Amino acid sequence: MGGDEAGPVPKEGHDFALWEKRVDALMVLCSSKGHFTVDGLRRALEDMGEDAFEKHSYYERWIAAVNQNLIEGGVYTLEELATRMEVVAQRGTTYGEATHDRADHRNG
Amino acid sequence: MAERVRVRALMPPGHVRAPAYLRGKTGIIERALGEFGNPEQLAYGLPAERKPLYRVRFTMAELWGDRAERPEDTLDAEIYAHWLEEVPDHAP
Amino acid sequence: MPHDHHDHDHDHDHHHHGLSPSGHPYRQDDDAPLTYWQRMEIAVRELLIEKGVTTAAEVAAQIDLMDSRSPANGAAVVARAWTDPAFKERLLQNAGDASREMGFDIGPLHLIAVENTAETHNLIVCTLCSCYPRNLLGLPPDWYKTRAYRSRAVREPRAVLAEFGVELPDSTTIRVHDSTADMRYIVLPARPAGTEDLREAELAAWVTRDSMIGTGLPRAPQNATQGG
Repeated sequence: MGGDEAGPVPKEGHDFALWEKRVDALMVLCSSKGHFTVDGLRRALEDMGEDAFEKHSYYERWIAAVNQNLIEGGVYTLEELATRMEVVAQRGTTYGEATHDRADHRNG
Repeated sequence: MAERVRVRALMPPGHVRAPAYLRGKTGIIERALGEFGNPEQLAYGLPAERKPLYRVRFTMAELWGDRAERPEDTLDAEIYAHWLEEVPDHAP
Repeated sequence: MPHDHHDHDHDHDHHHHGLSPSGHPYRQDDDAPLTYWQRMEIAVRELLIEKGVTTAAEVAAQIDLMDSRSPANGAAVVARAWTDPAFKERLLQNAGDASREMGFDIGPLHLIAVENTAETHNLIVCTLCSCYPRNLLGLPPDWYKTRAYRSRAVREPRAVLAEFGVELPDSTTIRVHDSTADMRYIVLPARPAGTEDLREAELAAWVTRDSMIGTGLPRAPQNATQGG
């Protein structure tokens, strides 16, 4: 990347969505608790390959890297992740419907 | 560590914090930063040895040759000691 | 490198809409269909809470902490350095400790301040990822994380600076700093001429985020009655 040819630097920005801030928070909390290192995240990001940078947004790549490190660290299993993602999908079609952050209620 | 150093021109697969565009390039030590865990071990969840870290200053002429915008402009980067080799002052 | 000439960066895809179909400011989390990655975030967060790694309150507190960090913190540090020579000395010696001395909660951040002078202009980049002094300045701007900035800042900093409206004379030496490992960087901009009579708090309003990354210069506040 450093030194490569590239076009003009795009200047537009965006306000972070809640889910992006949560990815950031999970990254900071899990690394400060010793579940992975920043280097582990960077390694996972690099292993996604060059085209991941084109296909996915910044926090999409970061949640993938956080998850990869937590799986490798044995914090939860792939089966647990897959099952929970399925449960989440059943809750609704928008982030607001699918996330349970207003109350600590867990239904399947 | 010598005043003049060259970043080792190795290209292993995996996580290395010495950027590819600096490998094989010669610079001078700008300052020593102390010791930090080796990122090549930390990246894989392994116990990490402490490695000396240096800020190395390169001229744009060294990095980009004739394509440099202004040869005397510089680039500083942090490079771990195990990615640096000494360059004798009389070397070409 | 393939795809360098895309006319947009995919980091910003979800922002292109601007307004939702109903005309109010676009909020991805409210209006757009739930994405695969959002599902993953929700699932990972819930699993971490259930396993006792963290709590919902801790996640919320961390978001609040990050939201509380902004370029205003760095601006206060810069303004102090402009008005207090002894502080400036300490800042250039150890910018992390100098920032802590001002009461900023920056965690274990290793921070180096690099000083702009009449002869030298500094520019910060992270070519390997997106390292940024986030514990002092908050999250980096989107452009800082783009392929274009990360690729070009190290090879043609003058062209990049010109795009940001910073034209430097050829007599000025540019020093680019690539945050490749454990250090983070903040530029200490040069105090603008004509600000000799201003007090520290007034000076802080001149210090922009970009002036602390090196892609901008301090400038007079746009709004004289600026609050906060």
